[in-house]
Amino acid sequence: MTSDRAVRPALSGDSGRRRALSGLYRRPRLQLGLLLSSPLLWLVGAYLGSLILMFVAAFWRLDAFSGTIDRSALTLANFEEILTTPVYRDVALRTISMAALVTIADAVIAFPVAYFMARVASPRTRGFLIVSITLPLWSGYLVKVYSWRLMLLPNGFLDSLLSPLGLSGPGLGDVAVWLVFTYLWLPYMVLPIYAGLEQIPGSLLEASSDLGARAALTFRRVILPLAIPAVVAGSIFTFSLTLGDYIVPGLVGTGTQFIGTIVYNNVGIAGDLPLAAAYALVPVTVMVAYLLIARRTGAFESL
Amino acid sequence: MESSPAVRWILRLGTGAALLFVYVPLILIAVYAFNVNKVPTWPPTGFTLDWFRVAVDNSSVREALLVRIGAGAGATAVALVLGTLLSFAVVRYRFFGRETISFLVILPIALPGIVTAVALSNAFVTFGIPFGLVTIVIAHATFCIVVVYNNATARLRRSARSIEEASMDLGADTLQTFRYVTLPRLRSALLAGALLAFALSFDEVIVTRLTAGALKTMPLWILDNYLRPNQGPVVNVVAVVVLLFSALPVYLAQRLTSEGGSGPNR
Repeated sequence: MTSDRAVRPALSGDSGRRRALSGLYRRPRLQLGLLLSSPLLWLVGAYLGSLILMFVAAFWRLDAFSGTIDRSALTLANFEEILTTPVYRDVALRTISMAALVTIADAVIAFPVAYFMARVASPRTRGFLIVSITLPLWSGYLVKVYSWRLMLLPNGFLDSLLSPLGLSGPGLGDVAVWLVFTYLWLPYMVLPIYAGLEQIPGSLLEASSDLGARAALTFRRVILPLAIPAVVAGSIFTFSLTLGDYIVPGLVGTGTQFIGTIVYNNVGIAGDLPLAAAYALVPVTVMVAYLLIARRTGAFESL
Repeated sequence: MESSPAVRWILRLGTGAALLFVYVPLILIAVYAFNVNKVPTWPPTGFTLDWFRVAVDNSSVREALLVRIGAGAGATAVALVLGTLLSFAVVRYRFFGRETISFLVILPIALPGIVTAVALSNAFVTFGIPFGLVTIVIAHATFCIVVVYNNATARLRRSARSIEEASMDLGADTLQTFRYVTLPRLRSALLAGALLAFALSFDEVIVTRLTAGALKTMPLWILDNYLRPNQGPVVNVVAVVVLLFSALPVYLAQRLTSEGGSGPNR
C-alpha cells in the first residue's frame, strides 16, 4: 500500500477514505450487503409487505354501520360473499373469457407481423418495424383508450369509415372493450414472438425441406412447435394486463362489470377495502395458475 | 427456408394492416387536437391552434402537468438508484436467492395492475400515509425499478469485469474505478432506463388513480374531464401532450440502447 501511494500520489487522495475503500474491496459480502440493502428494503418491505398486508386485509371486515374497517378479528366472510354471490362469479368468468379472447386475437394478429419481421424483412425494414412496434408499448395508454372512444362514438371515425359499405362501427360496449384491449396489448405479443422466431436456426428449416417437407409442413411441424413458448410468453402479458384493467371498461364499455371495475369501485366509492382485497386475490390466483402452466411449456426462457 | 412469393405478400399485407391498426388511433387524436369543431365528428371541418392556447391558459391543466413531471422525476430518481444497485448485486455476485430477485423485481408489472394498486393503496391507508405526491412516487418507483434494472443488467452482462480489475491494479480505488471506468460504460444504458421509467410513470393510470388521492396527474385530468362537453377539445390537446411526453422518451431510449447493439429491451 505504501509503495502504491509513492508511485501514484495523484490517485491516492485521503488515506483514511482509501483504507476504508480497500477494506471494502476485500470484503465482497459487505459490498453485496451495501448493494442489496436499500433495493430489497424497498421491494420486500414496501412492495411485498403491501401484498402480504392486502392478503391479511382480505380477512378483515367492513363494519356496515360505522363504515370503518374492523382490523381486530380475521374472518372468512369476504370470501364467503364472493363465492356465494352469483355476480362475483359471473364477473370473474367474464373477465377470464375476455382475457382469453383478447389473447387469441392478439396472437392471430401478432404472428404474421412477428414472422415477417423475423424471417422475411430486410434488416432495415426490421429495425424500422421493431421501433414502430416498441414505441406504442409504453406510451399513451390512456390517450389510446380515449382515442378509441372518439372513434367508436356514434358518427365518429369508424362509423364514417364504414358507412360507404353500408356498415356501422360496433359502438361502445363489450365488443369495443375487446377491440381496445386487443389493440392495447398487441405490442406485448409481437415482441416475444418475434424474439422466439428469430432464434430458430435456419439449418433446422433447411433440414426439414431437405427431408422432403414442403413449406406448409415445415411451418406446421417445425416452426409452430418451436414458436409456441414465445406465444405463451406473450400471452402472460395480454392475460395479466386484461385481468387488471378497470379503465378500458369504464371508457369504452357500457357498464358491464369486470374484475378490475369491481375492485376499483370497492376501494374508491364503496370504501370496502377488505372485500376489494379479497376479490383482488382472484386475478392473483388466476395468474399464479397461468404462470405454473406457462412454465411447463418453457415460456419463461422466452420472456 | 424461403417463403413463397404469395406467402411473402400475405405477410407484408398483414404487417401493414397491423401497423395501420396501431397508428391510426394515435394519428387521429393528434388531428382532433387541431379540429375547429367542439364535437369530435369525422371528418373535421377545419383546423385551428386555438385549443392549445385554451389548454395553456387552463390552470388545472398546467398543475396536472407539473404534478406529473414532479412525480415522474421523483420515481425515476428512486428507480434509477435502486435498479442500478440491484443489477450490480445480481450480475457481479453469486448469492442465495439471486434468481428470486429477478422474479421479485418484475412482480410489480407482472401482476395485474389492479392488484398492485389495491395492495399499495391499502398499505397507505393502514399506515396512515396521506395520499399525494409521496404516495405516487412510492408507487411509481416500485414498478419503474424493473425498467432500470433490465437495462443496467443487460449492459453489465456484456461489459467485461477485467477492465475494472485493470483499473484497480493500476491503483484506482473503488469509487474512482466506478466513476471513471464503470459508469461511462453504463451511462447510456442508465439514461435509457431512466427515460423509459419516466415514460412509464408519466403514462400510468391504473395504480396512480388509486394512490394519488385528490392530486391530479395529467392522465387523471383526462379521466376527470373527458365527459364534460366543453372540455372536449382541451382533453384532445392534453392527450397529445401526454402522448409526446411518453413517446419521446421511449424513442430516445430505443436509440440509446440500439447504439449499443442490444436491440429492444422487452
